[in-house]
Amino acid sequence: MWAEILVIVIKVVVVSSVLLTLVPIMVWVERRGAAMIQDRLGPNRVGPFGLLQPIVDAVKLITKEDLTPSGVKGVDRLLYLLAPSIALVVAISVFIAVPFGFDPGLKLFGHAIDGFIVAPNLNLGILYIFAIASLGVYSVVLAGWASNNKYSLMGGIRASAQMVSYELAMTISVVGVLMVSGSFGLQDVVLHQSGTWFGFIPRWNVFPQIIGAITFIVAAFAETNRLPFDLVEAEAELVVGYHTEYSSMRFAAFFMSEYVNMVTASSLIVILFFGGWTLPGFATPAGWLGALVSIGIFAVKVAFFLWFFVWVRWTLPRFRFDQLMALGWKTMIPLAVLNFLLVGAGMALRNL
Amino acid sequence: MAGPLEPLFDVEEMELSFGPQHPATHGVLRVQLRLDGEKIMDAKPIIGYLHRGTEKLFERESFNQCIPHTDRLDYIAAPTNNEGFVLAAEKLLGITVPPRASYIRMILAELGRISSHVLWLATHAIDLGAITPFFYTFRERERILDLFEEYCGARLTLNAMRVGGLPYDLPDGWVERCSELIDSLPKYFDEYETLLTENRIWKKRTIGIGVISAEEAIDYGLTGPPLRGSGVRWDIRKVFPYDRYDEVEFEIPIGENGDTYDRYLVRMEEMRQSVRIIRQCLDRLPDGPVMAKVPKVLRAQEGIVYASVEAPKGELGYMFVTTAKSTQPYRCHIRPPSFINLQALPAMVEGHLVADLVAVIGTLDIVLGEIDR
Repeated sequence: MWAEILVIVIKVVVVSSVLLTLVPIMVWVERRGAAMIQDRLGPNRVGPFGLLQPIVDAVKLITKEDLTPSGVKGVDRLLYLLAPSIALVVAISVFIAVPFGFDPGLKLFGHAIDGFIVAPNLNLGILYIFAIASLGVYSVVLAGWASNNKYSLMGGIRASAQMVSYELAMTISVVGVLMVSGSFGLQDVVLHQSGTWFGFIPRWNVFPQIIGAITFIVAAFAETNRLPFDLVEAEAELVVGYHTEYSSMRFAAFFMSEYVNMVTASSLIVILFFGGWTLPGFATPAGWLGALVSIGIFAVKVAFFLWFFVWVRWTLPRFRFDQLMALGWKTMIPLAVLNFLLVGAGMALRNL
Repeated sequence: MAGPLEPLFDVEEMELSFGPQHPATHGVLRVQLRLDGEKIMDAKPIIGYLHRGTEKLFERESFNQCIPHTDRLDYIAAPTNNEGFVLAAEKLLGITVPPRASYIRMILAELGRISSHVLWLATHAIDLGAITPFFYTFRERERILDLFEEYCGARLTLNAMRVGGLPYDLPDGWVERCSELIDSLPKYFDEYETLLTENRIWKKRTIGIGVISAEEAIDYGLTGPPLRGSGVRWDIRKVFPYDRYDEVEFEIPIGENGDTYDRYLVRMEEMRQSVRIIRQCLDRLPDGPVMAKVPKVLRAQEGIVYASVEAPKGELGYMFVTTAKSTQPYRCHIRPPSFINLQALPAMVEGHLVADLVAVIGTLDIVLGEIDR
C-alpha cells in the first residue's frame, strides 16, 4: 500500500519536475536561438552561455509586484486570479497522458510503474488530450474578460474563435492515424510505426499521411498561439492581448503554460507522425537501459520540433485575424478531411 | 444571396483609444477608433502630445541657432531637416554654397534617407509580426550612424549643416569607409527582401491594404513614398532640383496600386537609388572649401521664401517671413511631410480591421516629432 503511494508520488514528482524544468531550458533555447537567427548574441552574461538567465528571470518575476487592475472586483476578481492557474493546470494535465518512452515492464519496490514512462496507459489517450487541451481556451477568454481592458477582451475573443476552429482541423487530421493503428492509445500508435517499408522507409505515419501531418503541425502552431498565429497576444495590435494586465507570477503562469503547450504539441507530432521513440533498424534493449535509450530517442525528436517552433517564430510575419479564420475553415479542415478519406480509401483497397 | 442577418441580440459599437501609449503608434499618436467587432468604422487621429513650439522658437533665435531644433523634427533622418532649413535660409540671404559642401550634403542626406527607410522597414515589419528584420536593419543603421558620428560627433541629432555650407570637412578616410559601407548595403537589402518580398503572409497582410488612388493622394497633398506608391512620379529632387541633384543620375520608383505592398517596394527601391546617388557623389566629390563666405551675423532682407527638400517621408518645406535687417525670421512655418500624410489615415483604414490599422500607420511612416513640432 505505502509502496504503491510512494511510487505514484515519485512518478508525479519526476514527470512534472522534468516538464517544468524544460520550460527554462526552452526559454533559453528560444532566446539564444532568436539571437542566432537575428545575428546578435542573446543573453550570455549569467552563467556559462547565459544558461542561468532563465533562473534570474524567474527570480525577477517572483519578486515583482502582483498588480490587479482597478475596476476588477467581485466575481471578476475571482476569474482574474483563476485564469492563469487554469492555463498552467490544463497545460500540465495534458502532458500526463503523453507517453515518452518504451516500457519493458519495469518494477520499482516490486510494483509495476507503467505509468512512469508510458503515462497512465489510457486506452483513449488522444481523446483525453484533446478534451483537456480544449479547456485551455477558458484561461485565455476569462483572463481577457476579467482584465477589464478592451485590448485584453479582444485578445480573449480572438482566442476563442481561433482555438475552436483549429481544434477541429487538428482533431480531423489525427483521424487517419487512429484508423491505421486501430487504437486511441498513444502507445499503440507508436508501436504501429516501428519497422520499415521496403527495408529503408521508416513506417512513420508522416510518409503515407503527409497532408495530415502538415495540417496537424500547422494546427499545433495555432493551438499553442505561436507566431504566425499569435493573434491572441499580437503585440503590435493588442499590446499583448489577454495577459496585458498580468504581472509577476501570474504572467509567468501564462508564459510557462505556453512553453509546456509547445512541449506537448511537439511530443504529439513526434508520437503521431514521426514514430515516437522508435528508430527503424534499432532494437530497443530490455530493462532500464532500454527505457532510457527510448526516452533519449524521443527527446531528440521532440527537441527538433521545439527548435522548429522557435525557428518559425523568428522568421514569419503574423496572419490577420480574418485570414487566420479563412485558412482554418477553408483550407485546413478540407485538407484534414481529404487526408482521412485517402487513408480510408487506401485501407479499403488493401482489404479488397 | 440573402441580405445581412439580423443580430439576435443588441450590438454596440466599441470606442477604442488606440494610443498614445501603444507599441504600434510610432510615438505618441492617438487614434480614436469606433469599432464594429474588429472592423474600423471610423478612425480619428489625435495629435499634439509632442508639441514643443519649434516654429515659435525659430522666431527668437538666429538662423544658425535654429538648426539644432530642426534635428528634432524628424529625429530619425536629421540631415534632410538641416538641409531644408539651410536651403531656405540661403535662398533668403542669397548665398551660394561651394560645390564640395553641396556634395557632402547630398551624401549625408541620402545616408539619412537609407537610415530612415531601414528604420521604417524595421518597425513596419515588427508591426506585422515579423520580428527578425528589425535586428537586421538595425545592424546596418548602426554603421550609418557610426559614419555620422565620425563626421560631426552626433548620431541622431546631427546639427551637421550651416547656412552657407558645412561646419566641418570630412575626416580622413571617411570617404573610403562610406564607400565600403554603401558597396555592402545592396546585399543587405536583398537579405531583407528574402525575408519579406515573396513571403505569402507578408503579401497577404500588405496587398490591397490602405489603398489610395493617385487622385486622392494628390487631393490630400500626400508626398513622398505614399504618393509615389500610387503611381505619381513626383520627387522634389527631380522636379525642383536643389543642391546638385541635377548632376547625378537616379530613378524615381513608383508603384501601381497605391497599397501598402507597393509603398513597401517603392521604399526598398529608393534605398537602392540612394546608394546609387551616394556612389556618384563619392566618385566626383570636388575639392575646395566647405563653407561660403558669409557674414558673422546673418541679416535678412524683407521677404517671404519657401524652400523644400525631399525628406525620406516626403516634401519637407520651410517658409520664412522676414522683416528688413532682421537676424531671425518674423515667422517660420514648417511643412512636415508626416503631418500631411497622416491626414489620409482615416480614409485609408476605414472598413479595414484593427490589424490593418497598424499596417497603415507603418506604411505612412510618420514621425510624431515632425507632426507636432
